[in-house]
Amino acid sequence: MIELTELTKVFERGETRHAALNGVSLTVQRGEIAAVIGPSGAGKSTLARCINMLERPSSGRVVLDGEDLTALRERHLREARRSIGTVFQASSLLSRKTAAQNVALPLDFLEVDRGQRDERVHELLDRVGLGDRGDAYPHELSGGQRQRVGIARALALRPSVLLSDEATSGLDPATTKSVLAMLSQLRDDLSLTIILITHEMDVVREIADRAALLEEGRIVEEGRLQQLMRDPASALGASLLPHPAPAAADGESDVWRVHYVSDRVDPDWIGGLSRALDAPVSLLAASIESVGADPVGRATIALPPRDPQLVRDRLAASGLHGEPVIGGLATAGEQLVPAVPALSEAA
Amino acid sequence: MLPLATNTPLGELPDLLLPAIGETLQMVGVTMAIVVALGTPLGVALHNSARGGLFPRPKLNAALSWVTNLGRSLPFLVLMASIIPFTRLLVGSTIGIWAAVVPMTVAGIPFFGRLVENALREVPREVTDVARASGGSTAQIIWRAQLSEALPGLVAGLTLNSIAMLEYSAIAGVIGAGGIGFLAISYGYQRFDTSVMVATVLVLIVLVQIVQLSGDFAVRRLKRG
Repeated sequence: MIELTELTKVFERGETRHAALNGVSLTVQRGEIAAVIGPSGAGKSTLARCINMLERPSSGRVVLDGEDLTALRERHLREARRSIGTVFQASSLLSRKTAAQNVALPLDFLEVDRGQRDERVHELLDRVGLGDRGDAYPHELSGGQRQRVGIARALALRPSVLLSDEATSGLDPATTKSVLAMLSQLRDDLSLTIILITHEMDVVREIADRAALLEEGRIVEEGRLQQLMRDPASALGASLLPHPAPAAADGESDVWRVHYVSDRVDPDWIGGLSRALDAPVSLLAASIESVGADPVGRATIALPPRDPQLVRDRLAASGLHGEPVIGGLATAGEQLVPAVPALSEAA
Repeated sequence: MLPLATNTPLGELPDLLLPAIGETLQMVGVTMAIVVALGTPLGVALHNSARGGLFPRPKLNAALSWVTNLGRSLPFLVLMASIIPFTRLLVGSTIGIWAAVVPMTVAGIPFFGRLVENALREVPREVTDVARASGGSTAQIIWRAQLSEALPGLVAGLTLNSIAMLEYSAIAGVIGAGGIGFLAISYGYQRFDTSVMVATVLVLIVLVQIVQLSGDFAVRRLKRG
């Protein structure tokens, strides 16, 4: 388990002070995958460097399995750092060392004896599916393979926490998917706690159990994925599962946006609504998927004008939240949405 | 009366040139050994005491940088003349090979220090981060990550520095340091001995080419991708 409490980081350059982190608190349980997502400049890389203690936070605490890393002196910090494995961006292998030598680096630093080291390196390379590529130099490996070497290196000292600092940025979608699948597998096998720092919403959707939105050095929203997706007011939820663009409705109808907000959504809610209102309900757009085992979804529907409260109640009875769309603009928390899709453009 | 210009017969040139080449190589070799031994730590300190280095100390960095620049600001001939008392103190003489090694080393260390600093700067910053996150001590990070990754750049710097020292050793010929430079000045310049002049020029050209080509070859071999 890793707990970040009120982390701040202030950089001073001559007269100017720049606060990169403004009190970040986050708790990630053992075996959980948490994603911190944010646009560039939000403080993501500073947060990553404060978590693995490459940078000391100005205030606040990083507590790893009960040990306060921020209280340690440099010497002990070096040992404590070993319980956090960091997977860096794709370019972080030592170019003049083979894959095996790169994986061996943390073991060499620890002066593990040669036989043990080679055995461990072999085991790690096997685990990431590169058992036969140990002698290859980084330039002879593909981007995905290099990243898997990076993961193996991060795992060399059997850390309890794996920090992935933009580990999939710059990889193509298929490779990203395979790297994420590997992280997810490792979490299951080794009950690793994984913190993903990323700007890619797809990464969060793909493997995170919980997500936090970092903006201007603060976590502005945080929660379990399905909880965020089910909260109609959540900006992060709206980015994670956006409303698909709806088909055009005829001019007479009211357009409603519908959210799945419960575990038990009536599978025939459209039919149910139609019967209850005694009116045709047309589906203009929908996106339904399961996160973990539970369904989450969004839909846009059109129906003849009816008392809004009646429609709301009926939808609520089916485990849904609905809001009419007025003049093409959604009500409720939806205005927050445009702030977040900008994430996908941030590189 | 002595003739003003005598050209040494071709047959006698090897007897003059071979010992001179030996002396030059000795001067450059000894100098470079000291330069590498002292210039490398200087470059490492310059790089890592700067902002973003392993042990940022802005004041130390400024001081080191100032001293390094000092060592590089004098033309070699001026440097050589100005540190004569220091040279005498160190080697007990101001002429000969050893007397040349002192100013060559003084000029070479700051030069190599800057070359090492540059080579380290070329190594991606992530390499240092990775090494720190992997639990390396400062010495381990410097040796096994920074210098190891910078090796091709360091060898390129070593090549450049050796050629500069070859040139300095020739200049040192002016104070009777021995070697090719001394031969060129005493025979070629002072005695108008054209054949020695031409021969020393050719030897210097060949030496520089050999050093550069082997340096380039080593750099290519050391680079991975």
